[in-house]
Amino acid sequence: MHDHARPTPDTPFPAARTSDLSRLAAAETARIEAAAGAPVKLSRRLFMGAAGLTLAVALAPRASRAQDAAGAAPGASLSAFLDIRPDGTVELRSPFVEGGQGIHTAMAQLVAEELDLDIAAMEVVTAPAGTDYQILGGMRMTGGSSSVRGGHMTMRRLGAAARSMLIDAAAEKLGVPAGELTTRPGEVAHEASGRALPYGELAGAASLGEVPADVTLKQDGFRYIGARVPRMDLRDKSTGKARYGIDSTVPDMLHAAVRHAPRRGMAPEAPANQAEVEAMRGVHSVHLLPDAVAVCAERWYLARRAVEALEISWTEGEAERPMPADFSSAAFRQALDAADGESAEAEAKGDALGALAGAGTVIEATYTAPMLVHGQLEPPSAIASFDADGGLELNMPNQAPEMFQAAAAAMTGLAPEKITVVSPGLGGFFGRHFPYADSNPWPQAVTLARATGRPVKVLWTREEEFLRDAMRPVGHAKFRAALDADGMPVALAADLVGEGPTGRWWGAPPGKDGSAVEGVTGKPYAIPNVRVGQRFVANPAAIGYWRSVGHSMHDYFYESFLDELALAGGKDPMALRRALLADNPRLIALLDAVETLSGGWRPGPYEMEGTTRARGLAMASPFGSEVATIAEVSLDAGQVRAHRIWVAIDPGSAVNPSTIEAQVRGAVALGLSQTLLEEVVYEGGEPLARNFDMYQILSRDMMPAVEVAIVESGAPMGGIGEPGLPGVGGAVANAAATLTGVRARATPLINVDFTSQG
Amino acid sequence: MKLTVNGETRDLDIEPDTPLLWAIREELELQGTKYGCGIGMCGACTVMIDGVATRSCVTPVDGLESAEITTIEAIETDPVGARVVEAWVKHEVAQCGYCQSGQVMATVAMLRENPRATAEDAAYAISNLCRCGTYNAIDAALADLTSKA
Ligand code: FES
Ligand code: FES
Repeated sequence: MHDHARPTPDTPFPAARTSDLSRLAAAETARIEAAAGAPVKLSRRLFMGAAGLTLAVALAPRASRAQDAAGAAPGASLSAFLDIRPDGTVELRSPFVEGGQGIHTAMAQLVAEELDLDIAAMEVVTAPAGTDYQILGGMRMTGGSSSVRGGHMTMRRLGAAARSMLIDAAAEKLGVPAGELTTRPGEVAHEASGRALPYGELAGAASLGEVPADVTLKQDGFRYIGARVPRMDLRDKSTGKARYGIDSTVPDMLHAAVRHAPRRGMAPEAPANQAEVEAMRGVHSVHLLPDAVAVCAERWYLARRAVEALEISWTEGEAERPMPADFSSAAFRQALDAADGESAEAEAKGDALGALAGAGTVIEATYTAPMLVHGQLEPPSAIASFDADGGLELNMPNQAPEMFQAAAAAMTGLAPEKITVVSPGLGGFFGRHFPYADSNPWPQAVTLARATGRPVKVLWTREEEFLRDAMRPVGHAKFRAALDADGMPVALAADLVGEGPTGRWWGAPPGKDGSAVEGVTGKPYAIPNVRVGQRFVANPAAIGYWRSVGHSMHDYFYESFLDELALAGGKDPMALRRALLADNPRLIALLDAVETLSGGWRPGPYEMEGTTRARGLAMASPFGSEVATIAEVSLDAGQVRAHRIWVAIDPGSAVNPSTIEAQVRGAVALGLSQTLLEEVVYEGGEPLARNFDMYQILSRDMMPAVEVAIVESGAPMGGIGEPGLPGVGGAVANAAATLTGVRARATPLINVDFTSQG
Repeated sequence: MKLTVNGETRDLDIEPDTPLLWAIREELELQGTKYGCGIGMCGACTVMIDGVATRSCVTPVDGLESAEITTIEAIETDPVGARVVEAWVKHEVAQCGYCQSGQVMATVAMLRENPRATAEDAAYAISNLCRCGTYNAIDAALADLTSKA
């Protein structure tokens, strides 16, 4: 059942570029892991490239990279990834972008482990766009919780190969057999003669040496893998030194501020006061864009002041996806509920519909979840600069450099290799920075750079971001389930109504769009008859990936409904899950772990510190990891308050436990934020909230204490960035139901009246 | 007009209604202070004006000519600031880090007023938002700081 509907290599859309990438990365991980332990065969042809491998590339890194780039498979060219400098420091070019998830540190841990280097000697930068870095089955992105599990073996092989070449170079220099040499952090040592050579001195010779046909990876004695290595960016991020896209500059650039059409699809008319605004201080020029107005100026705040001053009227314009003038989120929810089109099968076993038709006890429920903005704290920006040869450099927050390169090539007609993508550190991302057409600022920057003949940096205000973010889609699920005479579920059918981002952006058809169903599909419970389908209804809004994608709502739906079945069947929620997982020792162990962590399963209600509290349980199987979550809540002035949340997570194996705990805590915060508070409301085709005043997100006083237990089952490595999120909604809603008797079938819970019954 | 930031006085050719945030970021080119919302909701732009944590995005420079403004760039020159930074590093608080200049500034200002501030005090005194959800780690760092106070 884990092997739920997902694209296969022959499906007509790029399977790898979806949230289903998680599955692909997991398969890749499993494949590579099967080879770990035995020497990993490295194809010489792939590893070396045409002109031999260059390793000591500190003096002329670009030239050397070019030399061995030809013909190298992604992840195979050492010099694309590593510069070992004469001073012994090492630059690692990470395929993955750092946005607080600790990926640069994790990559450094993996390389340093095999290279035998003190991690303090490593510097990590994000690699430019290029095929060398497309190491996730031929593609590259920072998302789908795929970076470590999809990239860890590549990084280890690179480190091991570099170490082997340094040893060979030392053998040559010292005139001893390589077999007599060992390494100590940062140097090759000849114990017999007491001599040692630092890596920095060997790198030049090593670059001319033989590339190992295969490398042996470490089996044990790990120094960094599995260790609590502090993230490398902590000090810079605590002292204001860290730099983000918003801080990027290029010489001679203009700053642009924009105002978007309040409704997508509207176009600006020439502003009545354009001349006046053009005369405002610092203003370079005023521009009408298809669905926005822009002002370029010598300072951003002057550009913003000017663009705010423009008197604009908006008329119906041209847009690929105009927002209907009468669109409202409330009416859309009703339309989803009333939709009766075909349900494309996404997952099936047994005969759920037959079993339901003949069942004595059938439980039905409909669950919904609203659209959400990403709310990453750094607003989007982009710099476009053309060089004298017509090449384009784009400097912007992004989770997938090559995808933006391709999109920019399509827009400008330039060859992709004429487009450089610079990827700054991200001030939060959560799925925000994939190419979502006009939901990203870079096309405006390109247009304005062309119009002005100068580099242009576009920075969106929070208000303009709220008008153009590619939102988490609306979720809507209709469940039916049958219980047998003992109260056990014997059949479950669910239709997910709506549209997923993988369908929107990559053409995945209904039934094969994991993002539209995951979290209702892929559940591990031994219910003999199951059918899950997607009933496609197009969402007129811009939609995108949001941390944990479909899981961000679907696991809440499913786990809440499962608690409804437990109640109807007279079962305890923990006991029911244990019964349905009796044949799954990995998940029984996970339930044991979360039970222990929380001090024993205790649904409540019970009294504590002057409040009446209850606990709820939920499980999720997202991105190759397994998660069990327990939440403890009370009611505070009619609103749900979460006091403590316990998460047991089994990612198979762990590279950095500290990072895992931090990611789980952060994911819990975001999951709780959306469960309690968040909702994008549209009326008349426009979103009501334009900033954090009307769109509340979790604040410090609402944050529960989160405790995390990491279980390493040894299963193939799963993801970390997202899996902590999907269990939160179900656990909180289930706790609230136990506490109040009110079953919340829609988020956010702030809209639910928990005092109405119970 | 004159602006004194981190002990240095500069003469700036800016309009009086310029938000302090943009004077700091664009005129003084101190980029550690961040823009998150521009309406005083998120706290990413927090600086100290005469020791008081202030949201610079909604504070015009007008009237600040005699004020002492401190930004994150100078925080380690303050003894409390240096301790807060160490606690932030030790407890691995930052994730994306975008809110953390503001979190550090707000915490320093609070601890100067109340060296024994508890997590509960802070939950009400400091409303800086963190979308990465680092609140538990912030509380751990704070507890460490106040236990030694
Ligand atoms: S940017 Fe000033 S409070 Fe958000
Ligand atoms: S660390 Fe990312 S917003 Fe706080």
